[in-house]
Amino acid sequence: MNETKVLKITELTHGHATGRDGFLRFTVSEKQWTGLVRGCVEGLHDLSSLWFDSDRVLMALITRDACVKVIASLECNHGHYPSVGQWHPPAIRLERAMRDLHGVTPEGLPDDRPWLDHGVWPRRKDEGLKKKNPTRSRYAFLPVEGEGLHEVPVGPVHAGIIEPGHFRFTVNGEVVVRLEERLGYVHRGIEKLISGKPIAQAAKIIARISGDSTVAYAFAFARAVEAATATEVPSRAVLLRAIMAELERISHHINDFGGICNDASAVAIQAHCSLLREQILATCARCFGHRLMMDQIVPGGVGVDLEKEAIAELRRLLAACKSGLQQAVHVYDESPSLLDRTVSTGHVRGEFVSQFAAGGFVGRASGRNFDCRRDIAYPPYDSLEFDVPVRQEGDVNARAWLRVDEAYQSLAMLEQLLGRLQPGSIDAGLTAAKKGEGAALVEGFRGDIFMSVRLDEKGNIARCHARDASWFQWPLLEAAIEGNIIADFPLCNKSFNCSYAGHDM
Amino acid sequence: MRTLLLRALLQGRAVMDRPQENPDMLAEVAKALAARARARLGRSLAIREVDAGSCNGCELEIHALNNPVYDVDRFGLKFVASPRHADVLLVTGALTCNMKEALERTYAAMPAPKWVVAVGDCAHDCGVFAGSYACAGPISTVIPVDLHVRGCPPAPIEILKGLLTLIDVDDHVDAHKQRDHAE
Repeated sequence: MNETKVLKITELTHGHATGRDGFLRFTVSEKQWTGLVRGCVEGLHDLSSLWFDSDRVLMALITRDACVKVIASLECNHGHYPSVGQWHPPAIRLERAMRDLHGVTPEGLPDDRPWLDHGVWPRRKDEGLKKKNPTRSRYAFLPVEGEGLHEVPVGPVHAGIIEPGHFRFTVNGEVVVRLEERLGYVHRGIEKLISGKPIAQAAKIIARISGDSTVAYAFAFARAVEAATATEVPSRAVLLRAIMAELERISHHINDFGGICNDASAVAIQAHCSLLREQILATCARCFGHRLMMDQIVPGGVGVDLEKEAIAELRRLLAACKSGLQQAVHVYDESPSLLDRTVSTGHVRGEFVSQFAAGGFVGRASGRNFDCRRDIAYPPYDSLEFDVPVRQEGDVNARAWLRVDEAYQSLAMLEQLLGRLQPGSIDAGLTAAKKGEGAALVEGFRGDIFMSVRLDEKGNIARCHARDASWFQWPLLEAAIEGNIIADFPLCNKSFNCSYAGHDM
Repeated sequence: MRTLLLRALLQGRAVMDRPQENPDMLAEVAKALAARARARLGRSLAIREVDAGSCNGCELEIHALNNPVYDVDRFGLKFVASPRHADVLLVTGALTCNMKEALERTYAAMPAPKWVVAVGDCAHDCGVFAGSYACAGPISTVIPVDLHVRGCPPAPIEILKGLLTLIDVDDHVDAHKQRDHAE
């Protein structure tokens, strides 16, 4: 590694044309591959995703100023390639998952345990590469030694109405010495399942990767497919997409703000916020035909148009949300007993969010100034006026406040979006099916979702890869809880609210 | 805080009226009751929820049952933290292979008499995930399901109707028996 030269993305980009999706694609040698990884370590660019596609490993990178986006691909050497995670830890879980799902060997990966594979899948015949190791054996959690330490295993079935995952706490008295996560319980085999499927069918599955981000996923998938097929989306549809995306964001920000308060026993605020969320969802059901707006963004446009009365109803909703949120925030800010729980709890260091390129409020609460809507500037956000709130404290309180700050921004965006709607078509339909590739980054409520789509000659999905924002946030939760009391874990966890389903796929 | 509470008081009721049961659900539950000779559970149900491979859409809507609009506590429906406290297992998801054992163990940990309600299209027939190597579902292949609430995800009101059916099915079956007797 030390002898490998740090490679700037720009040293490789000349002579390559940017695709319709804004990504530069090129093939690299092993040496260039490690050079680019070293660039990640040095902080020249961020690792956005890493995936496997027909004997190639692909790495999506974005420069820190978000000006240059590339997808570098490396041909595997008999199913082997130099591991990214051995130098750049954020890639470790992605590589463990790749090894489980595709049988590829990241040479030098420091962690040889399986990740998504719990040893209970039926053997797959259609696997190109022979699967190694993963058999049904006891999962070895990282060893912890010391006097007075004990372990608390939690999950996969939790006490509340939440998704399954296992948390292994090592505690000294009340203080958490280490948290180790074990995920993969909701792995539904989505990437494999959608290979070979027609676009419309794949879109339905993509919309169910993580139900709470269904709009964001559909948005990202649509943008990637449209880039691959060179489809222009009508301007009304572009605006309607953003309206749905911002409504989804607000519904979660308000609800999770209430959830954080609830985990610190401020039940009244939660009741108030959950009522606001219900109002939003009921309005969405009337305006868009589905409470979560599932399947309403389709490649080529949107599946539902807004009536005149619906626009008026949405305007009333915005006003109700604004005043409702103000009331809730006022109580939060005036309650020292509540702030006592959230301030300085679950601190995430700025270096970590920067190293992991953690998106969304998790990154922005620790000073990482990145938002796809502003920095990737996909339409219609390129023409909207908004701020990207950033805080430095990195604790539960900062993450809670960011939810609020962002919700206000989204409310202002929705005003602009509703005001710009002009009559017109809402679905262009896709241009004739053909081979092609496209990628997209879309800001979900949790952060950036990366989507890459490759279509075959018939226009069906040859390979589709999605990377949830949670991939780079889950590991930081392990760091956030360290040194906190175990009773504060629900609070920390809620302030992250990572997706299990989006991560496990 | 005082202002928030006062305002909530003055705003009037947010809570909705009790919905009517869905006749199809009643029929399904009555059938399960007859087939498995279920004991009565009374007017209150303790519910344990398990996500067995859902996209979390169903969880969002189940969560909504606790908001002030649906407020399921008033019907005697309560979500509990342990399967050992539960009468009803509310299961969502396409049942991933990775969750199969956890679901079986949760079911086994519940005291009898117990009911299983499968929520969402995935729990019914794996939904869009049907055919995946990683899914072992539907739920009824692993544990006996007494009622399915369909939808992707089902709206809270539909889930509520399903749960109310469990409470009322005794009356329904009794009325049925009496009618048969009279005839």
